[in-house]
Amino acid sequence: MKKFDKERVLLAVAAPLLALVAAFLLTALVLAATGKAPFNAFGIMFDYGIKSDSQVYILNKATTYYLAGLAVAIGFRMNLFNIGVDGQYRLAAFFAAVVGGALKLPGLVQIPLIILVAMLVGAMWASIAGLLKVYRGVSEVISTIMLNSLAGILVSYLLVDGRLAELDKQTNIVSTEPLPASSHFFTIPAGGDLDPVFGFIVVAALAGVGFWFLLGRTRFGFDLRAVGRSESAAQASGVDVKRMVLTSMLLSGGMAGLIGMPTLLNDTHQFTSDFPQGIGFTGIAIALLGRNNPVGIALAAVLWGFLERGANRLEFEGYDKEIVGVMQGVIVLCVVIAYELVRRYGLKRQQQRVGAELAAQARKGEKKKEVAV
Amino acid sequence: MSATATATKSTAPGKAPKRGPRMSVATVLLIIAGTLVALSVLRALAGATQASAFENITSSGQIGAALSMAVPIGLAGLGGLWAERAGVVNIGLEGMMILGTFFGAWAGYQTNPWVGVLAGVLGGAVGGLVHAIATVTFGVDHIISGVAINILALGATTYLAKRWFEPLSDIGGSPKQSPQVDDIASFTVPGLSDGLATVENHHWFLVSDLAGLLGGLVTDISALTIVSILLFAGTFFVLWKTSFGLRLRSCGENPTAAESLGVNVYLYKYAAVVVSGGLAGLGGVFLALVRSHIYNEGQTGGRGYIGLAAMLFGNWRPGGLAMGAGLFGYSDALQLRNGGATVHALLLLVALGLALLAGWRLYRKRYIAGAVCGGAAVLLVLWYALTDTVANDLVPATPYIVTLLVMGLAAQRLRMPKANNKPYRKGQGT
Repeated sequence: MKKFDKERVLLAVAAPLLALVAAFLLTALVLAATGKAPFNAFGIMFDYGIKSDSQVYILNKATTYYLAGLAVAIGFRMNLFNIGVDGQYRLAAFFAAVVGGALKLPGLVQIPLIILVAMLVGAMWASIAGLLKVYRGVSEVISTIMLNSLAGILVSYLLVDGRLAELDKQTNIVSTEPLPASSHFFTIPAGGDLDPVFGFIVVAALAGVGFWFLLGRTRFGFDLRAVGRSESAAQASGVDVKRMVLTSMLLSGGMAGLIGMPTLLNDTHQFTSDFPQGIGFTGIAIALLGRNNPVGIALAAVLWGFLERGANRLEFEGYDKEIVGVMQGVIVLCVVIAYELVRRYGLKRQQQRVGAELAAQARKGEKKKEVAV
Repeated sequence: MSATATATKSTAPGKAPKRGPRMSVATVLLIIAGTLVALSVLRALAGATQASAFENITSSGQIGAALSMAVPIGLAGLGGLWAERAGVVNIGLEGMMILGTFFGAWAGYQTNPWVGVLAGVLGGAVGGLVHAIATVTFGVDHIISGVAINILALGATTYLAKRWFEPLSDIGGSPKQSPQVDDIASFTVPGLSDGLATVENHHWFLVSDLAGLLGGLVTDISALTIVSILLFAGTFFVLWKTSFGLRLRSCGENPTAAESLGVNVYLYKYAAVVVSGGLAGLGGVFLALVRSHIYNEGQTGGRGYIGLAAMLFGNWRPGGLAMGAGLFGYSDALQLRNGGATVHALLLLVALGLALLAGWRLYRKRYIAGAVCGGAAVLLVLWYALTDTVANDLVPATPYIVTLLVMGLAAQRLRMPKANNKPYRKGQGT
């Protein structure tokens, strides 16, 4: 039994490695086809990516991406495709910024309040899709995509001077009221003259532990995964599937609410029109890459941050940093294919082993019979 | 999934069983006529200040814009229809549309627009091929593969646009857009178009509305629009009237049974998904070459997804899909033409529709559903009465809200192909 486990671990590691190698080869092909030396580019990215200021940058980026990956993964674990994380986090971050800017409470009260508002708004926006799915049978894929666009329109409607935002005359930037200094989240000094690491990384790590505990160690998590594996089987064993859909949509949306918080509480302290966009879709890629597993998602988030950091450097070396978009797309596609291949290979091995064991038993039985005769 | 599944076994059009959710052509025409009459009456009641907003609802300009917005959505939906009829969900339509916009403009500016059309279709088809390899050969979850293709298509086109279009700044290229492409021919039906325009300008009760509606459909019609209409007819013919289509649809309903009858399920699925990509690519080409004459980053704006919604709305059938695309295209077009006032006027029309629906539900003794519809109608009337216009910043939301509303009202009456989104391996039935 123990030997089998080792093989499973090997297979689990083999898939992403296989995919990464394939993805790098494919990207190299694209680079070569467009007249650029491929391996030099990887070298530049790697050298730049492991410098210490890059490490801080990557950790801070990865904090946001990790939360995005977790938010998506909650849905994926029960076969619920919450494509709407993108709209949920933007709307949540916007309203959190508005509330945070309007209040002047001590940080100990206000920071949790801001986070709570973000989670509630995210959960509320996600619940629309959940309700439509449960009561009207609308596919969550379509409804969350529509809600993404609606969230974008709503935010840009409200982010106008005189509505919920104001125009800074000097910089000509429209933003929400900045958070009071007391509501800035703590940072972790990285030493030297480096930028500090976002304190929110602690919250992200806690969220990861919470995710692991909820899904792996509770009745709720078991039910959730059961629904993901087989809805009808879960229903037959007494799980209220409709309630599970709604609950996990709310959880996913609440987690999505956290995505904007590292940026808001640790970095910008206000919401402007150039607040990071499209992180919900990054989250999908990261959840797929990390196989919906809290540790895997962390590794994927760091990888994504690393790729983006490295790409910034490429621009100075005569490359186009847009190549990283190709790289990320190819990685995701290769990863999902590799997981499927490895899963099938593992299944085949298992069947062969079981088959062999059964055959051996049968042979033994026959021998015994022969002896008896 | 749906309660009406048993009632819709027959797939021939116009022979809908009595209890089925499908509407006959006559019913559809009646609904359109009823809407027009209601609109005319509302306009007469609304008074002079709001009249122009009401007129814009059926102006030939609005209808023409709606048609040209509906075509890309419809083509994406048609792509979805091909794939899903063969049992493969194609969320990657958006990415395939992006490939269509990019390659259409790239080939188009170098040669002529028709070569661009071909290149865009091929680009989309390559996207479809990747999706087919992932889902059919490797058995990856359809939605996951589609999402991955969207990410990849966006990344690849952004990179290539930077490499290929940025050096062309002297002829209008930039990292985010391509140089200008020549016009594709467009047609106006001679005589008819002018005549209808004259009638429309008289603002006669009902007659002018009808003239505007028809005028929009015969003025400045791009050749690509006509190609698209032919593709709709062709799709219906191929999928429902040929043995190839029957086999393709059997792969979406019950691949094991199809396999037992000697159908090469993998091959049919591949064909369907590649065609699907090509159609989505054509939708992208339409956006790039007809609507704006250039490739523009982010041009598709989620229309691939809306096309998918239009297909769901149309119950996986070309006719219904065309209606859905028309509806979404119409609401998409509102933002082009001073939509605030028009949307405001439409509030009243939607309220009337909801009130009728509420009455019907109450008549059928479904009190809660009736009350919800009635309440919504009252709120809309209040909104209409208390405001003069809808803020222009909010008008772009219309197609998305319409999608959500329509899906919310219609989704339970739909029946998707039975084996849709299910993995299939050769020989799994044995």
